[in-house]
Amino acid sequence: MTRLSYTKALNRAIADELADDPAVCVFGEDIGAGMAGPTLGLLDRFGPERIVDTPLSEQAFTAMAIGAALTGRRPVLEFQIPSLLFLVFEQLVNQAHKFSLMTGGQASVPLTCLVPGSGSRDGWAGQHSDHPYSLFAHAGVKTVVPATPTDAYGLLRSAIRDPDPVVVFAPAAALPVRETVTWDLAPIPLGRARIHRPGTDVTVVAVGHLVHDALAVADEVAEDISVEVLDPRTLYPLDWAALAASLERTGRLVVFDDSNRSCGFAAEVLATASEEMRLIAPPRRVTRPDGAVLPFAPALDRALQPGREQLRHALHAVLKHP
Amino acid sequence: MTAPPATLPPGSAAPGSAPLDTPAERYRMLRLIRGFEELALGLVKAGAIPGGIHPYIGQEAVAVGVCSALGPADRLTSTHRGHGHVLARGAAPHRLLAELAGRVDGLNGGRGGSMHAADLSLGILGANGIVGAGAPIAVGAAWTARQAGDGRVAVAFFGDGALNQGVLLESFNLAAMWRLPVVFVCENNGYATTLPAATAVAGSATGRAAAFGIPAEEVDGMDTEAVRAAALRAVERARSGGGPGFLECRTYRYEGHHTMERRMKLHYRTPEEVEAWRARDPLPRAAAQLEQPAVAELDDAVARQLAAAEEFALASEHPDPAGALDHLYADGLRPRAGAVA
Repeated sequence: MTRLSYTKALNRAIADELADDPAVCVFGEDIGAGMAGPTLGLLDRFGPERIVDTPLSEQAFTAMAIGAALTGRRPVLEFQIPSLLFLVFEQLVNQAHKFSLMTGGQASVPLTCLVPGSGSRDGWAGQHSDHPYSLFAHAGVKTVVPATPTDAYGLLRSAIRDPDPVVVFAPAAALPVRETVTWDLAPIPLGRARIHRPGTDVTVVAVGHLVHDALAVADEVAEDISVEVLDPRTLYPLDWAALAASLERTGRLVVFDDSNRSCGFAAEVLATASEEMRLIAPPRRVTRPDGAVLPFAPALDRALQPGREQLRHALHAVLKHP
Repeated sequence: MTAPPATLPPGSAAPGSAPLDTPAERYRMLRLIRGFEELALGLVKAGAIPGGIHPYIGQEAVAVGVCSALGPADRLTSTHRGHGHVLARGAAPHRLLAELAGRVDGLNGGRGGSMHAADLSLGILGANGIVGAGAPIAVGAAWTARQAGDGRVAVAFFGDGALNQGVLLESFNLAAMWRLPVVFVCENNGYATTLPAATAVAGSATGRAAAFGIPAEEVDGMDTEAVRAAALRAVERARSGGGPGFLECRTYRYEGHHTMERRMKLHYRTPEEVEAWRARDPLPRAAAQLEQPAVAELDDAVARQLAAAEEFALASEHPDPAGALDHLYADGLRPRAGAVA
């Protein structure tokens, strides 16, 4: 029995892949020292030929990883700040993601981007607090947001083994989560949702750290409302079958999502559920506002993040319909 | 992946083999690229090549000179003006032409077109539609080679326009810091689309590379043998652990930036300037090293090869629209359609 932290789970996933497959290598800033956590100790264990501390040249080292991936390597890239993904959107979306199709299937680009500390970290302000997973799901890049340490471990291992580019967001608010693990850790396939809590009245699709908030709210309201908490885990490709099955049971839907509202992940879930699935009440979503820029002061920062109070309101709203 | 064509056209018995070891072979390749581009220009005009192309005519000595310095396992990244690099590296002309025409027997099965032509089996990691984007990819290929210790070299082709892309300068730094086996080949044709390099590049191209400690050489890009000699020096140094090199090949494109330019009346350069560069054309210079009958024989062989390539490309089938999303994911994931059935 071990007590596993989220960051340690990421660290073990990378180490286990490095040990299993000599093609795996890691690029990133301050990864030699292990500044962000997931790469701690890897340089000593695997050496500088595989653990490559890079200068602050995100665009070049991301494209370099594409070149390495095209020549047989499986690079893992760590980005300490979620907004750095904006800087490498060209490399990830316009290059890495498009190579397989554009080359007629000659090439695949098996690279994994890991963002340990995505979303708000309280007090890091406008340029360090974004949660841009919806952008990658929109572009069709495989997008993963684990909520728990065991999911973080298993999904990161599968991401590294995947033949396509994958972006893994580790929400800052989920990093403090610890889990008592009594079983052997194992890879978890991408594209499969997880029902954290079964219920019959309403399905809450919660993303990343919000899974834990959704579970807490579900506990609070348990006497009045039976809430099913569905964690998609992989946002693209999404496990639509799991959502459809859940809505067959509940017929009501709330999406709890740390994206900006317009064109965000929740919008897609609501749209698809409305077009194709069983709904007996108008669905709701709890998200960041349109175009959110998180202000610095903690009260302002929190005011723009989806929260438990908003989720409670949304639950009551969808329950108004019999 | 698209099935290989049932029958190869004559003159293409060995797709992928492009020996460039002798002056005759190099002349043949110059002629092949020139003839291929002239053929492609006609097919664009005739509507058989959708979109258009960025013709390489005038710059052939750079592709041939550099590729003649490479070994069979080396790799390269190319540009939006990439046909010359792809052919000089040994890709089959009939399959490149079929790709330009968007046919199933194209190098990329009709999924890439002119700007994304690739042949991974030859180490061609793709032409690229974004200026400067290929250079760090080549640096990554060089990183793999260094890590593997397999002695491979990577070449990054790019134009003078890429000199002002930040990612290129980042790439110089990484390659130099890590002494990677990569050769940066700047084809300075004088213009970034219509913007003269003289009004866009502060300092000098070679000065930028030199600032990172990268040995940099300026080369007459209209002279195949001069390019080859400089490339041999840089490739040998890179292969033997001496780190990256940089060549600035001074060259010129005779045609417009893109075939669309033919329909526009742009005035960013003078006819006299174009004529002055045409007078330095690399083909007569290369032909002068050979006996006249040999030249005529090579010209005939190339003409026959291109005629066969045209016939092959235009006979190849158009891709089935039902497969428009094929290859989007390497694991075969099928994305949702754009409408609910």
